[in-house]
Order: sequence, then C-alpha cells, then structure tokens
Amino acid sequence: MSPVLLIFFVLAGLAVLGALSLVLQKHPIHSALSLIVVMVSLAGLYLLMGAEFVAMVQIIVYGGAIMVLFIFVIMLLNAGEEEHTDLSKLAKFAGLPLALALTASLAALVVKPDAGAPAASQAFIPNATNQISSMLFKEFVYPFELTSFLILIAIIGALVLAQREKK
Amino acid sequence: MVPTHYYLILSAILFGLGAVAFVVKRNIITIFMSIELMLNAVNLAFVAFSQAFGRVEGQVFVLFVIVVAAAEAAVGLGIIILIQRNRQSLNIEKVSLLKL
Repeated sequence: MSPVLLIFFVLAGLAVLGALSLVLQKHPIHSALSLIVVMVSLAGLYLLMGAEFVAMVQIIVYGGAIMVLFIFVIMLLNAGEEEHTDLSKLAKFAGLPLALALTASLAALVVKPDAGAPAASQAFIPNATNQISSMLFKEFVYPFELTSFLILIAIIGALVLAQREKK
Repeated sequence: MVPTHYYLILSAILFGLGAVAFVVKRNIITIFMSIELMLNAVNLAFVAFSQAFGRVEGQVFVLFVIVVAAAEAAVGLGIIILIQRNRQSLNIEKVSLLKL
C-alpha cells in the first residue's frame, strides 16, 4: 500500500468516526467537537488532493469561525443533554435500511464508471491557487460580488434576530 | 494516487451520516451541525471531481459553498437563540407550530 493511500485511509477513517460520533453523542458540545475532527480531516484530504487553498479556507472558516460560533452558542444557551424521545415504529425498523439505501444509491450515482471521469485521480493541478484567484475575478466575478451582498444580508439578519425587543 | 472513487464513496458516507443525524437528533443545534456535515460531504465531492478533471472550477464552487454555509450559520444561530429565548427549550419537538 502506497503511503498516500495509507494517509487517505487514516484521514477517511477519522472523518467517518467523527461523523459517527456526531450522530451517537448525546451532548451537543461533544457533537460539535467531533464535527471539528471531521472538518480537520477533510482539510487533510484536500491537501492530499493538492487543493491547498481550499484546505486552508476549510480550517480557517469552518474549523475556526463557524465551529467557534457553534460552541459559543452552545455555551451561551447552556445546552444540556438532549432529551430522548420515542422513535416511531416505522423509524425503528425502516430507518437503518433506508439510511444505508440512501448512502448506497448516492455512491452508485456518483461512482458511475462510464460517467466520463477518469478512473484514477490526475496529477495535481499546477498553480491551483493562482487559477482560483483569476477565475474568481474573471469568470465568476458576478457570483463573487453577490456573495458579499449575501454576507451583508446575513449580518443584518443575525443582528435583527438576536437583538432584544425594545418596548 | 488515490482513485477518485474512494473520495466519492467517502463523500456519500458522510452525506448519509449527516442525513441520519438530521433526522435522528432532537437538539436544534445538533441538527444544524448535521447540515454543515452534509455541506462538507458535498464539498469533498466537488474537490474530488475538480482534481479528477484537472480543472479548478470545482474548488471555486467550494469557496461559494463555504461562504453560504457561513452566512447560514450566522442567521441560523440567531434563530436558535430566539427559539431558546421564547420557548426555554432547544428540543425540536417543542417547535412544532407548522405541524399539522
């Protein structure tokens, strides 16, 4: 087994374990910490694929900003263990098979062998960060500018939602 | 090199786990986190295809997805704080105003 494949399996295993623990943990803070494990191992996978810019953005924005926001809110609201509610009969018996079916059909859809994608990964894209930046400001300049509007609206929305009502 | 299939299968597994968590969990914050997990799975597929085809459009899309996720997190957590303030609970079963 080549070292690259070994690194892939270690990181993929970490990601799947983290996701499993997100589902199984009862306390939201434990779920949040396992989600951080998933995100950091995904960043490692991006590095493995040669997408170094995306990997860094993943760590800074997802692992840093978004997850800190989540943990901040969990601590602010003092969220405790979640209450257990009875599963419905249907969910108890059909839930796991349906989840497996969803995963299997998704995998079968994206892994179609004759979809035109090369079977094995190509070599690294040279100068990927360079290409991303020029693409952001040429082909994708309108979506890029629109995202700034989106962020602005999100900031205003969050402020309006979180402020206390004035009498 | 790692075959692209492996990344795509991992992405499908993560998406499936995110979907399961979305349905199974009862805490609003955890449900919100499972949405982030699903977005991450999609990002992984984007980057894997970007590498497979040797084009960077996929990575540009990942950046847009991350921006949307950040905006969504800001607004969603604001809504969660509002729910907690009005209902003194984070249990999704207590927020059933739209349920028939």
